[in-house]
Amino acid sequence: MAALNLLAAAFDLLLAAALVALAWQALRSPDLFRAIVLFIVFGLLMALAWVRLDAIDVALAEAAIGAGLTGALLLAAWARLQRAAGGADGETR
Amino acid sequence: MARRADRPRLLLPALLSTALGTGLVLSVLELHSVSAGLGRQVAEQLPASGVSNPVTAVLLNFRGYDTLLEVAVLLLALLGAWSLESSRRPPLARPAPPVQEMLTRLLAPLLVLVAGYLLWAGAGAPGGAFQAGSVLGAAGILVLLAGWRCRRLAAAGRPLAVLGPALFLLVGWALLLLQGSFLDYPPARAGLLILAIETAAMLSIGATLAALFVAVLGHGGQRP
Repeated sequence: MAALNLLAAAFDLLLAAALVALAWQALRSPDLFRAIVLFIVFGLLMALAWVRLDAIDVALAEAAIGAGLTGALLLAAWARLQRAAGGADGETR
Repeated sequence: MARRADRPRLLLPALLSTALGTGLVLSVLELHSVSAGLGRQVAEQLPASGVSNPVTAVLLNFRGYDTLLEVAVLLLALLGAWSLESSRRPPLARPAPPVQEMLTRLLAPLLVLVAGYLLWAGAGAPGGAFQAGSVLGAAGILVLLAGWRCRRLAAAGRPLAVLGPALFLLVGWALLLLQGSFLDYPPARAGLLILAIETAAMLSIGATLAALFVAVLGHGGQRP
């Protein structure tokens, strides 16, 4: 039993560290696409964190909306920025 | 990492963020030693709420007004996106790569099924309208990305987006007339009313999220 608690604590610590590291990387990444992908991964780990906090409804919402939907919206916006940048350089739409 | 020239400028925000982070951690550690929350009161009133999941009871019954405002805010966000982006129709249909086509054929019906399950199970287990609605929205995005264009479904986008807040408001007003206060469910009918509102909200949220994606996508690189 004590070993299980130790394992759970180690998992939680690793999760927290991973969350902070991912957030830092996502914010400081010079490449926008990489930042978006890191944000999606962050959302998924955040859903895991919510499960560890016994908030399963929030975890479901975080995985679907935070990671899935917001990720898709960010990628669509990124694609749009790429197109706009391409158009500004004189390429035909 | 930060460029040399940036470092002095970043020092103050870094200090403030660390201070805020430490303060937050300390307050969270204090939480359960100071207050037990409203868990006991919610558990006491749960049988009268019409559902057996405390989260759904709080969201749809005890704090139903907040959920009404949330659904309305989603609609407002959609209106905001539509006011900035004129294209409401998705880009023209195009054939998708075979793997994506296959995946979408597998996943889209499955996602609809999962959404229905989450809606139904939300009464007694984790789930509910927002989770189910976002899965529906994801299904919509998947279909859009695969290049499928369903004209009738696209035409139904606007009425579906309005359905959720509209039904919620109608129920609230009807209860105002019948019971004397807004969104005051009679305990005998509460389960049924919650299911009806959640279904409308699920359809609404799914349509809104997919429409938001269409708005962000714009013309998709093609001129219609």
